[in-house]
Amino acid sequence: MAKDLSKALADLKEDEAIAIVRDKLNAGADPMGILNDAGKGMETVGTRFSKGEYFIPDLVYSGEILKRINELVKPKLTGGGAAKTGGKVIIATVAGDIHDIGKDIVVFMLDVSGFQVYDMGVDVPIQKIVDKIKETGSTVVGLSGFLTLAYDSMKQTIEAIQKSGLRDKMKIMIGGGQITPEIVKYTGADAYGKDAIEGVALARKWLSAK
Amino acid sequence: MAKQWEEMTPAEKRADLTEKWLSPPGVKFANAEAEKGYKGRVQRILDAIDLKTPDRVPVFPMCGFFGAYYAGYTPYDVMYDYDKLMKSFSKYVLDFQPDAHGSVTVSPPGKLHDILDYKLYAWPGHGVAKEHSYQCLEGEYMKANEYDALIEDPTLFFLTAFLPRTMGALDGLKMLSPFTNMTEMYGGFTGAAFVPFGLPPVKAALKALSDAGDEALKWIGTVAAYGGAMAAAGFPGFFGGGTKAPFDTIGDTLRGTKGIILDMYRQPAKLLRAMEQITPIMVKMGVANAKVNGCPVVFIPLHKGADGFLNDEQFKKFYWPSLKALLDGLIAEGCIPFPWAEGGYNSRLKVIKDSPKGKVIWGFDTTDMAEAKKTLGDVCCIGGNMSIATLSVGTPDDVKASVKKLIKDCAKGGGYIMMSGAVIENVPPANVKAMIDATKEYGVYK
Repeated sequence: MAKDLSKALADLKEDEAIAIVRDKLNAGADPMGILNDAGKGMETVGTRFSKGEYFIPDLVYSGEILKRINELVKPKLTGGGAAKTGGKVIIATVAGDIHDIGKDIVVFMLDVSGFQVYDMGVDVPIQKIVDKIKETGSTVVGLSGFLTLAYDSMKQTIEAIQKSGLRDKMKIMIGGGQITPEIVKYTGADAYGKDAIEGVALARKWLSAK
Repeated sequence: MAKQWEEMTPAEKRADLTEKWLSPPGVKFANAEAEKGYKGRVQRILDAIDLKTPDRVPVFPMCGFFGAYYAGYTPYDVMYDYDKLMKSFSKYVLDFQPDAHGSVTVSPPGKLHDILDYKLYAWPGHGVAKEHSYQCLEGEYMKANEYDALIEDPTLFFLTAFLPRTMGALDGLKMLSPFTNMTEMYGGFTGAAFVPFGLPPVKAALKALSDAGDEALKWIGTVAAYGGAMAAAGFPGFFGGGTKAPFDTIGDTLRGTKGIILDMYRQPAKLLRAMEQITPIMVKMGVANAKVNGCPVVFIPLHKGADGFLNDEQFKKFYWPSLKALLDGLIAEGCIPFPWAEGGYNSRLKVIKDSPKGKVIWGFDTTDMAEAKKTLGDVCCIGGNMSIATLSVGTPDDVKASVKKLIKDCAKGGGYIMMSGAVIENVPPANVKAMIDATKEYGVYK
């Protein structure tokens, strides 16, 4: 059996990936090394997604395999997990909207891409998002929404950030099934990501520019 | 004597439902003009479906709670007060004069779901604000290891597992034994089979079912009265019934998005077998209502087959075969399936071209419509794509421009129905009016 965990994960070979992790742990391998390999596998998954070779099911399935790997490795970890070096990103589904599938995929992809993600959940009141920005010092916010009611919630959230005096330091992206460039303009956001990988690319661009 | 339904051919069934749609039994038109308007509107839609050239492009905005907002009500108001529902939704149709209405069934009975302690959705005043529409709370209402139970006996699975999990007041139903045990008195079969009905939790569930039934009757009275009143005024309903694609029934309702995705990788054979099992059930669901309502159009909102949600192979393997079987099953029963592809369907056009000619309406949300017309134009009527974003935040002139472009891209030779890409909720009324009026202005066939 191939011992390449990155490749097994990238190719979505669940049983093989789990077997490799078990073998490595039994052989006393460094747990951080295993997590690094898994991280490389996830990078490949992300690359294949952005090239149009992988689709949402592949992202979700790779996430599930990664979760199992983490569960196996976690008890062996002595220190903390890998440091989050990508920067801080706040993600929330806006007030009135309770959809989370798209948001959760974005949170997951940001997390595996090394960002410190503050996932505020769904139907998040405007003021809570403003408070979170102050609390964390995050300079990137992602607002999610599936329904058309989210247009106004996004607009109002961004207006509140503006009023709080934080807008100039921030970059704000929006996302969801009914988001178009027209809606970016309407809400006052900086950009929208049409999928999770575009969201990661925006966060990377904005945070590395700092 | 007229032929019994069972003896009719699919074409005869279609003709029967179509005739009832064109001349609704029991409807007394307000006046000759209303009757002419009604028949003209149905004929316009039928011509588009039949790939003939109608007098002009039919326009049917797919409305959610727009009528309520327009009349100054919230979704909560109309879900709990059927007079307000009737009044507001009527006002929209009479003021705006679309070619068809979408009934009031889009506004489910709020009290019924209170009685049942319904968990599958949050609704106005019950998990979402009174000003907003209801929203699905997807979950794993069927576990990964329950495919066999679903496949063996879908009704028993719904009765003893799905319903108790999604309706708190029906928790007692999980104690029921299969109704198929009630074969005969001999051997105590019937006696044993009735034991659960004496148990307090089951009795409580039966009481809740009965109370919910009372509420359902009140609501359906409004649904029928609305349909009758609109027809009398000249406005047909667009929908005879509704159903779901088998993949979405399992993915949206039973297993959830993550659940069904993992099943595609971990237990594909069971997923395929389960979809095969529920397909005839999904056919019956659509046909039954179409027959009751005397209208052949069966709405099928499509979710998890959209661009990006599945790769091409997965779409061809997991999504399309059971959807195609559903379309064929509905057509065999004289219905006109109306799959409504939410999201984008650009990568699916070549696959869905394998739809029976002149028998389906394909509705689209964000799909490239010029491409859809090119690929599907000689196969089936297409509809939709009036951008919900533009309707929400654009001006009437923006809407007009979009209507003009859609007519240019899609309407040539017939086979196009102007519809919004997604459900219209709280958008500026002037934009909905612009959509309807501009279609009437630019959509005339010369």
